[in-house]
Order: sequence, then structure tokens, then C-alpha cells
Amino acid sequence: MTRAAVLLVVLVALLALLPWFVGAYALSVATLILYFAYTGQAWNVMMGFAGQLSLGHSLYVGVGAYVAGGIFFHWGIGPWAGLWLAIALCVLLGLVIGFLAFRFGISGVYFALLTIAFAEFTRIGFDHLGWTGGPGGMFLKVAQRDTWDIASFRGPPLMYYYSMLALAAGAFAVCHLLLRSKAGYYWQAIRENEDAAQALGINTFRWKMLAVAISAGMTAIAGVFFAFYYNNLFPEQIFNISRSIEIILGPIIGGLGTLFGPILGAAVLTLLSDGITELLIHFGWEIPGIKQVFYGVVLLAVVMFLPHGIWPALARRLRV
Amino acid sequence: MPAELVANVVIAGVLTGLVYGLMALGLSVIFGVVRVVNFAHGEMMTIAMYATTMLFAAHKVDPFVAVLPVAALFFVFGYALQKGFINPFITRPEHSQFMLLVAVAIIMVNALLMIFGPDARNVQVDYQLESFEIGKILIDKARLYAAGAAVLTAAALFVFFKKTLTGKAIRACADNYLGAKVVGLNVKHLYALTFGLGSICVAVAGCAMVLLVDVTPGLGPYYTLLAFVIVIVGGLGSMGGALLGGVLIGVSEALAGLFIVPSAKSMFSFGLLILVLLLRPQGLLGKKQT
Amino acid sequence: MERRQFTKALAATAALAAVPYVRAQVQRLRVGVILPRSGYLSFIGHSCQKGADLAPEVIREMLGVDVELMNADFESNVDTARTRAERLIQEGANVLVGPFDSGAAAAIAQVAEQRGVPFVINIAAAPQITEQGYKFVFRNFQTAGDILRNGLALIGELFQATNTVPRSAVFMHVNDTFGQAMAKGISAFMPKMTQLPFKIVDTISYDPAAKDLTVEVSKAKAANADFLLYVCRLNDAIILRREMVKQRWNPMGIISPGSPGMYEEQYFKALGKLSEHSISNVPWYNPNAKLTRIVEKAFLKRNPNDKLVFHGLNAGFTFEAILIAADAFKRAKSTDPKTLAEAVRQTNITEKMTLGGPIKFNEKGQVEGIGSACVQNRNLVPTVVLPANAATAKPVFPVPEYKKA
Repeated sequence: MTRAAVLLVVLVALLALLPWFVGAYALSVATLILYFAYTGQAWNVMMGFAGQLSLGHSLYVGVGAYVAGGIFFHWGIGPWAGLWLAIALCVLLGLVIGFLAFRFGISGVYFALLTIAFAEFTRIGFDHLGWTGGPGGMFLKVAQRDTWDIASFRGPPLMYYYSMLALAAGAFAVCHLLLRSKAGYYWQAIRENEDAAQALGINTFRWKMLAVAISAGMTAIAGVFFAFYYNNLFPEQIFNISRSIEIILGPIIGGLGTLFGPILGAAVLTLLSDGITELLIHFGWEIPGIKQVFYGVVLLAVVMFLPHGIWPALARRLRV
Repeated sequence: MPAELVANVVIAGVLTGLVYGLMALGLSVIFGVVRVVNFAHGEMMTIAMYATTMLFAAHKVDPFVAVLPVAALFFVFGYALQKGFINPFITRPEHSQFMLLVAVAIIMVNALLMIFGPDARNVQVDYQLESFEIGKILIDKARLYAAGAAVLTAAALFVFFKKTLTGKAIRACADNYLGAKVVGLNVKHLYALTFGLGSICVAVAGCAMVLLVDVTPGLGPYYTLLAFVIVIVGGLGSMGGALLGGVLIGVSEALAGLFIVPSAKSMFSFGLLILVLLLRPQGLLGKKQT
Repeated sequence: MERRQFTKALAATAALAAVPYVRAQVQRLRVGVILPRSGYLSFIGHSCQKGADLAPEVIREMLGVDVELMNADFESNVDTARTRAERLIQEGANVLVGPFDSGAAAAIAQVAEQRGVPFVINIAAAPQITEQGYKFVFRNFQTAGDILRNGLALIGELFQATNTVPRSAVFMHVNDTFGQAMAKGISAFMPKMTQLPFKIVDTISYDPAAKDLTVEVSKAKAANADFLLYVCRLNDAIILRREMVKQRWNPMGIISPGSPGMYEEQYFKALGKLSEHSISNVPWYNPNAKLTRIVEKAFLKRNPNDKLVFHGLNAGFTFEAILIAADAFKRAKSTDPKTLAEAVRQTNITEKMTLGGPIKFNEKGQVEGIGSACVQNRNLVPTVVLPANAATAKPVFPVPEYKKA
């Protein structure tokens, strides 16, 4: 087995056994890390693989969450049915945006701004949508269960943890397969030099659309999870641009285009954020804003000194 | 709907739009030449606003007078930022630039929070709440003066770029980077100069804006996004475009607010952005990129 | 700094985060106070915190009970609210108090219910929170519906007290969770409140993040209504008031049927005398209550340059939430969460500082009968003008600047 595979197996085993070693608080943090690892991985398909910078990924999380949450709220339809509808709708949405962008030759910063515009447009739109509760938010009926009710996705925090772990692991596997497949090679070609790829006869439009569709669909699943984990949705929060930025921080810090990057990035960022909070409490520095300044400085440092993210540097060390 | 209501709203929309345009002007100049995605643009304007309030609090300096020292300061700051910090990032991929400036923006916003606290600050000049009355039309004095500053600055910049040698050199860099280097232009210096000029625009915009809006640390991101929308709609690198874009956004939001639902008026700005990106990505007054 | 040094520093910080925070258990009540002390709600969070900080001292005197506060900041972010709540419980909080924001309240409620730890909500108006059938969640605050109903009733009282009969109102509201709930409520309640002499001639909603309300005020002015019925937040209230001056619009008055903003300290600081005479009908504390005087003394001791009246709502309800927890602890004589929750359920406090009937929870964990006051800005201080038994001044309506157009 290659070193990478060994590392992967060890990681998954550790995460699977984690609940036995830590308390509920750490578990909730771990669930959050896995959530960001998953969404980061999904975003990574579009950016790291196909080179399309999306700054409005919160759109798919939000639409996925509201669709699944909405039909549950109004008609009691469970999350498994909602899941397919959410994926279908988000894929469609992604394809529309992709079509508009690629057909009209929009790329780079312009594409990024286009994605922001769509997310913001949708945010304000949902603020006025009565069916989803408007700005007042949608509150899903919560049912406390100590047993795992997979059918309606209700249960103790442990269930949510393992679901997120399964999702993150699944995303990893899917991305691994994608990278090895024809799609992966075409994407690399497009990412490196789109014009050359086109000259070689690759239908860049089709492959870029595929990346967008996969990325959007995967992110939709995260949205559905979000809806049933948090049980209340507000357009102002879920479609917010800060959420889009949260999603991309992990992969960029961890390592764009790599498989371990998003997970590492998510872990580092969440633990860092928590660590800084603890440090500040310890020193009694209760100045508002100081935590985010630290956070920003670390971010800056990583971008400046580790431009390809932490994983490539770490991987070289571990000789993976 | 009474005619004077529509007239009042449209005039206010135009004036506000001109101030937005002034803010976007700086971004257009920077983005158009240096091609850096300055996601800390709004935050820079926020800093200018704070500087103006501090000058006012200390010596009762009117914002339109404070603009001179603040603009000078910002020129130096912008020049240094570009030369020292951003220059190495020009060759980096876009997402790297973006992340760099997002990090800078986070630091700026929270440093402001640490220094000034979350309290909103403002200036209280006597003409601030007064309006000129022309028949049934009421024109907000502060807004009018701010719009005037915007037009003046844009005109000055226009003259600079069209008539002076340095200005032409900068335009050359924007049009043809390689060619400019071949001709022997000191591109690094010119880039830094451009950033400095763009920063002056941001400073003037900040001084004007502080008459209209109270400043809080978190004001930045909203204006960054707005500036980008205006620049794209109006056209990259076009000064007239920035003002035009600003006015368009200002008026369309005002009219949308008047005839439809005020709380959804931002939707129209984003809708407009999407349309422009699709149908005329170079913006209304921009040149087509080869 | 070199890459290697940097990565080492990164690893060190990560390691520090993994160190657990151990405390020893002692027999007293540990109250986890979750408030937004940073982020956009930080003002209010700090205001609430003032009420929390003075609680242990006052409670020790009143009930002879030892209360230890464990403060946590959820940074105005719902995700953080959830993890902070988990954290507090893990560190041994016996009861949770907070958080001011409805979204955060919903998240914390789920955690509290899941872990079986009682959660006393100080301020949060979304009605759904006490409709989920929770056994461990309690709220000593009005729901949006109650706030509105009380607010509208007080408007009727105001008109009676000042002998005025306004016939029309323009309703402006901020388009967020709270504003929208109030708007819905108004369309539901107005037809039933036949004792109110006015009709709403236009409704204008606006974006809470709007920096410019020119269009909205123009529209409102053009509606030619007698007075402005206004549901707002702090920043937009300030912008609106200024815009009203610029556009020379002077209605009979500005009345809020129940929303934050116009009674907050920033409103006075930013507007000076322009803040005068704005009216907010909100849950408030009784200036004449015995407990109020005790709390006020403790407040002034800790905040000599501040006035309780600027933090009345926030500090008052936060203090009461902790009082409820302490009172339950005294009766339960135990920090076992289930026992505590049961004790909270049996609460019956008559000696309180906020307006209204005794603090008693119904089967949904909601206190009914919390009162509201008509609070008018007078001489840069929010002043209770109604109900008469809690008033410290007589209401002024219409405002002196009012001129019939």
C-alpha cells in the first residue's frame, strides 16, 4: 500500500473511534470540521480541478437546505426524498450559471463576481419568499431522539457526526476516482492552459460544465445536512457571502486541487479559531476584534509563505 | 404617484450614485491598470472615513478640508502597499490575490474594531441635515456637495490620464504590458503610482461618504461589493464608466425602491450585474479586451 | 519568518487547542451566560452582560445563594452559539442563560434539550422556540405576537391619555426576522383592535443593511399619514430620523409597537435632540419596583458613568433570567439538571423588576403576562410614560414640531 493510502486508513480509523475519547463539545467541533472538509472538497472540484473560482457556493448550500427543509416543513416529506430533489435543483442551478458563464466567455474574476451576484440575488430573493418563511426564517420541527432514526435523519449528535464522517470520506473517495479518470486529466489540461486544451480537441465547455454540476450537487448534500442538523434556516445567514468565503478557506489553506487539502485546511482553521479563543481567554484579553485580527494574520502568513497550501509542504515531509 | 415624489427620488438617486461612482473610481483605476482584485477596497474607504471623523473630532475640520491631508496620506499608503506588498502577487493566480486581500480586509476591519470600538462615528457639520428647496423639489445639501466632489475628482483624474505624460504612460501599461516594458517604462513604479492615485479617489470618497453615512468597522465589505458591481457595469478602466455605473445603480435602486419593494432594491443591482456580465462584459463604457 | 518556523508555530497552536479545560466541582450554581459580545450584536451583548455581572452580588443578598457566572461569547454567529453551549455544559454549567438572538436561541435550545440542561432565555422573540415541545427550555420574555399586541394596546392608551385621534398611519418596518414577524402580526391584529382610531395607509419595508433611506422616506412622506408606525433596529432608526429632517417630514410622532432602536444609547448619542419624543412600546422594567432600586444601586456601583435606563430591557431581563435560575436552585437544593429543570418549571416569583404579572412558566416553558411600557425619549433619556403606575412623566403627543401639511 502506498504511504498515502496508509495515512488515509489511519485517519479514517482515528476519526471513527474519536467519540470514545472525547466529550460532546469536541464532537460538535469535529462535526463542524468534517462539514467544512466536505464542502471544501466539493468546492475544490470546481476550483482545484477545473480552475473555476466560485465565490458564491453558499448558493448551493442554501438552496439544498431550503428545498429539503421546505418540503419537510410543509408536507412532512423526509430528508431522503428531499435530498434527491435538492441535488437535482442545485445541479440544474449550477448548469445554468455555468452555461451562462462559459457560453459568454466569462472567466477568472468576472466568473467569481458572477457567482457572487447569483448568491446575493438569491439571498435577497429568499428574504422575500413567503413559502420559505422569508427573513423570519424556517424552523423545522425538532424531535429529540436517542436512537438513530436514519429515515427522518433525527438522532443524537453521534449520528450526525458519523453521517458527516461518511460524507467527508465519500467525497474523498469520489474525488480520488475523478482525479484518476479521464475527467481528471481533461480538467488538469483545462486548468493549466484552456486554449491549448481546446486546440487539442478537448470539448472544454462540456468538461467544465461537468465539474460545475458535480460540485453543485455535492454541495447540495451539505445543505440538506445543514437543514436537519441546525433545524433553522435564515436567508441572511445561509446565503451570506461570508459563508461562501468560509467554504473556500479550507481548501485554499490546506492545498488547492489536492485530496487531503480541504480536510487539513478545515481542521487547521477550526482548531486555530478555537485555539485562539482559548489563548485569549487564558490571557484575559477580551478586546472585541482581536481574535479575528489573529485569524487574519495567520491567513495572511499562510497565503504569503505557503502559497500552495499546507498539505503539499506537509506531504513532502511525510514523503507521501 | 405624484411627479415631485419621482423627481425627488431620481435626483437623490443620481447624487448618491455619483458618490458611489467616486468610490468605484478608485477601484476602476486600480483594477483597470494593475489588474489586482482589491477585495479590501471598501475597508480602505472605511479607514479614510475614520480618519476624517478623527480630524473632525480633534479640530472640527470640515470633511471637504480634511480631504487634502487624508488624500495625501492615502496616496503614500497606496503606493507603499502596492510596491511592497501586492507587487509580488501580480503573477500569482487570481485566487491567491483574492485570499491575500481578503486576509488584509479581515485584519483591517478588526483592527478598526479594536481601535475604535463598535460605536458608530460621524461628523456633525451644520449643513448636514439641510436641504435646498427648489419649488417642490428638496435637494440634500450634503449629498449635493459630495456629488460635486465626485465629479471634480473624476474630472481631475481624467485630465491627468489624457493630458499628462505620466498619465499616458500608465494607460500604456494597462493597454499593453509587454509593449510598455519594451518601450522602457518603469512599470513597477507606474503600477505603484496608479495604486496611489486610486487610493486618493478612495480617500476623497471616504471624506464625502462620512457626511452621508455613519462609519462602523464592518462597513467595508458592503462597499467593496458595491464598488465591484459598479466597476463591472460601468466598464473597467473607464472613469466616466465608473460614474455612469454609479449613477445607474443609484437611480435603478431608487426607482426599484419606489415602484416595487424597497427591501429588494439590491436585487436589481445584482440583476444588472449579471446582465452586464453576460451581454456586455466590458461594461457600458469599457473597451473590449483583446 | 521561515516556513519551517511558521509550520511549527501552527502545530503548537493546534496542540494548545486540544488541551482540555478542567475545573473542580463545588456546591454552588454555575450559570453559563452566552451572549454576543462580538460581531454585529456586540452592543446588545455588552448591555446584557452588565445585567449578568451584577447578578451574583444581588442574588447573594436577596436569596443567600451562591452563583458563579461562566461567560461565553457566541460572536453573533449561530454555529458558534451551538459549540459554545456544548462547551459550557462540558465545563460544568448547571444552567444556561442567554442569548438575545432568536437564531442562536434555537440552536442552543437544541443542545440544552439534547443534553438535558435547563436553558433560561433572557431575550428572544421568535414564537417557535417555545413551540417545539422542549422540556428544558424556558423563556421569560414576550413572543413577537405578545410584544405586538401589548404595543398596539399601549398605542390606544397613548391616544386616550393625550386626547388625540390620529386617523392614519404609515407603517415602516425593517425586513428581517423580527420586522417581518411584526408586520405579519399587524395585519393579523389590526382588524381586531377596533378601539384604535387609525388605519394603515401604506406599508414600506426596507433592507436592514440599507445605508440610505431616501426612497423609503419619500414614499412615507407622500402617504400623508398622521403618524409613523415604525418597527426598526438601531442603525436604520438613526438614518431614518435624519432623513426625515432632510426631507422636512414632521408627522404627529414616531411610535414603535415594539422594536429595539429608538431607546438605545446610540440613538441619543447620534441624534442629540432629534431623538426627542420618539416612542417605543416595549417590555421594560418598572422604575418604581423595589427590586429595580436594588439592581440600580448595584449597577451604578459597577458602572458609575452609565445609567441603568439605557440598558433597561437588556440588563433587566438578563438579570431576571439568572434570578430565575438561582431561585430554582434554592428550592431544588441540588445542581442535578433534571431536578433543576423541574424546579424552574415550578417558579413563581412575584418580587421582580420587569413589568407585568409574576414569573410563572406555562407548560410550554413560556411566561405569560409580561408587561410592556410606553417609553418616550425625553431629555435624552428613555422615560416610561405609560402605564400610569410605572410612569415618571406624562406622554407628549403630538410632538411640538408637528404641523398639519
